[in-house]
Amino acid sequence: MEINKEKLLEMYRGMFVIRHFETKTKELFAGGKIPGFVHLYSGEEGVAVGVCSALRKDDYIGSTHRGHGHCIAKGGDVKYIMAELYGRETGCCRGKGGSMHIADFDVGIMGASGIVGGSIPLITGAALHFKYKETDQVAVAFFGDGATNQGSFHESINLAAIWDLPILYVCENNKYAESTSISSVMRVKTVADRAEAYGVPGITVDGNDVVAVYEAASDAVERARKGKGPTLLECETCRHHGHFEGDSGTYRTKEMVEECKKRCPIKRLGKFLEDEGFATKQEIEDIEKDVEREIAEAIEFADKSPWPKPEDALKDVFVTPYY
Amino acid sequence: MSKREILFVEAIREALREEMRRDEAVFLMGEDLRIWGAPLGQTKGIWDEFGDKRVLDTPISEMGFIGAGAGAAALGSRPVVELMFIDFFGIAGEQIFNQAPKLRYMFGGRMKVPMVIRTLIGAGMSAAAHHSSSAYSIIAHMPGWKCVIPSNPYDAKGLLKTAIRDDDPVMYFEHKMLLNTKGEAPEEEYTIPLGEAAIKREGEDATVVALAWMVHKALKAADTLSEEGINIEVIDPRTIVPLDKKTIINSVKKTGRLVVVDEDHERCGLSAELSAIVAEEAFDSLKAPIKRVATPTVPIPFSPVLEDAVIPNEDRIIKAVKEVTSYKASK
Ligand SMILES: Cc1ncc(C[n+]2csc(CCOP(=O)(O)OP(=O)(O)O)c2C)c(N)n1
Ligand SMILES: [Mg+2]
Repeated sequence: MEINKEKLLEMYRGMFVIRHFETKTKELFAGGKIPGFVHLYSGEEGVAVGVCSALRKDDYIGSTHRGHGHCIAKGGDVKYIMAELYGRETGCCRGKGGSMHIADFDVGIMGASGIVGGSIPLITGAALHFKYKETDQVAVAFFGDGATNQGSFHESINLAAIWDLPILYVCENNKYAESTSISSVMRVKTVADRAEAYGVPGITVDGNDVVAVYEAASDAVERARKGKGPTLLECETCRHHGHFEGDSGTYRTKEMVEECKKRCPIKRLGKFLEDEGFATKQEIEDIEKDVEREIAEAIEFADKSPWPKPEDALKDVFVTPYY
Repeated sequence: MSKREILFVEAIREALREEMRRDEAVFLMGEDLRIWGAPLGQTKGIWDEFGDKRVLDTPISEMGFIGAGAGAAALGSRPVVELMFIDFFGIAGEQIFNQAPKLRYMFGGRMKVPMVIRTLIGAGMSAAAHHSSSAYSIIAHMPGWKCVIPSNPYDAKGLLKTAIRDDDPVMYFEHKMLLNTKGEAPEEEYTIPLGEAAIKREGEDATVVALAWMVHKALKAADTLSEEGINIEVIDPRTIVPLDKKTIINSVKKTGRLVVVDEDHERCGLSAELSAIVAEEAFDSLKAPIKRVATPTVPIPFSPVLEDAVIPNEDRIIKAVKEVTSYKASK
């Protein structure tokens, strides 16, 4: 597949935005600015950016509790996402959702879910809608390895298979669900092996290689757009931090985490860009500086944003207000 | 009895450990119980003592393992299964609503299902709409579940031990804001029967019924009110199925006024049930309309400002008590 400099730099920037956003989120959570539960995406950027780079703006994604990366990669504005994490009125969900429930339908983010596996049927419904309306849009379900033990995953992929729905099931296999290693809760060797049971192609790629993810996703997206049905795309990855902020992480050794950090998708692409002459060190540094400025602005925006009005807590249960 | 203070979370661990030592049939099952010791440490150390056989770590498959718990219980095991947060009940809904609690009845009373489900409830942590529900009203509404909702370490331990020994399905609700609170609990073995309310504070001006976290808010409100000369009686039912109606009714007969404080949603919730019982059984004693201080029927919002706006607090309790104590019939 031909991949040009512009696309490569765009992917670099995309991954760096997520990484820097998460680094700041970690600090802000520790400093008490961000309440609730926070699950960081650092280390897994290659997946969200590789997949979303193969999508159009009018395609839709379903996200997870570890969803900041998906939403940023799909084009969510970091200002409104950060304001949401702060619980402010200007947040993309007006402070009602928070880290685990980010959505922005305007850019194709159908929403994150605090229930593991909760968004998989919903985004399958988006694919059903596209097929019903005869559009050529595509849906992407993001979920973790742990989620593939939920009935919602199995039922959804089977529905998509029998109806040839235009959807990608993208498993972010970071090898752990909280403290539970995937090998202890799954007998088949790979998540991709599960596809066979549903008559769907199952592919495993290195999630730390954003270009490989992009290429595999592009093929699957093309298949879906042509009406040839779903693909299960397993991306092998790992998280740099604990399951959530506050997790002691004792189930992984220091060496495992160090090893994981070595496989960083951002460093890897940066090296590729320089080695292959796509970009100079200076160009890369300029991108990073620009991103740091953008995130600083987002934080300032969130910090200065007003709190929601208490009475708004009763709004938006129904379209026709009655409460 | 020896005086000793322990954390709520330690009370849970002690009860589990003691019952596992006492009865081979008791085992634990759920997500991340072994190394993590459950999300808030409720099972920490238990795997070290009892090993793989007695502590099963499950995949994220709530319908599967809760149903399997009920099935194993039907043949004589006594599983204590963790549903990490009550909000996840929907996934296991089929087994929680249609199977476990109905089996005995459907099969003519010829078998039993001695399973316990432990689950986290409650708001207060900005955990948003998928991790903050109380939802015990829904469980209590369905036939077949006994429901235990402790408010302090002493009750937490004594009631969990009873729940494990009980021959019926019991749902045991752990409020996340209470797990790190301390309270007295003796070293010596004890159990607390299901269906006995605790009178947390005596008073004559109004009866306030509250559960779990809300007991603490009601007691704080009681302190403030007593400074103004209003003395409320605070009752903690501790279990809602079975429910100790008698203690509540007797209190209302004494005070003539009832305020129900409930963190669960107001519509068709426990607060409605308790109000109806008192209206039916103590109508003649009432000197004022019953007041409910409950969470409005909206999903629990994320932002602390919004969460605070929906969860009952001391101010709302004080206001409700003053309304009932100052009530004058219009005719
Ligand atoms: C239905 C349900 N069960 C359990 C949980 C608690 N929980 C939150 S995240 C998680 C692990 C998810 O693992 P995985 O799907 O691999 O995603 P990862 O966190 O690794 O990205 C669990 C068990 C939940 N939120 N929802
Ligand atoms: Mg995982």
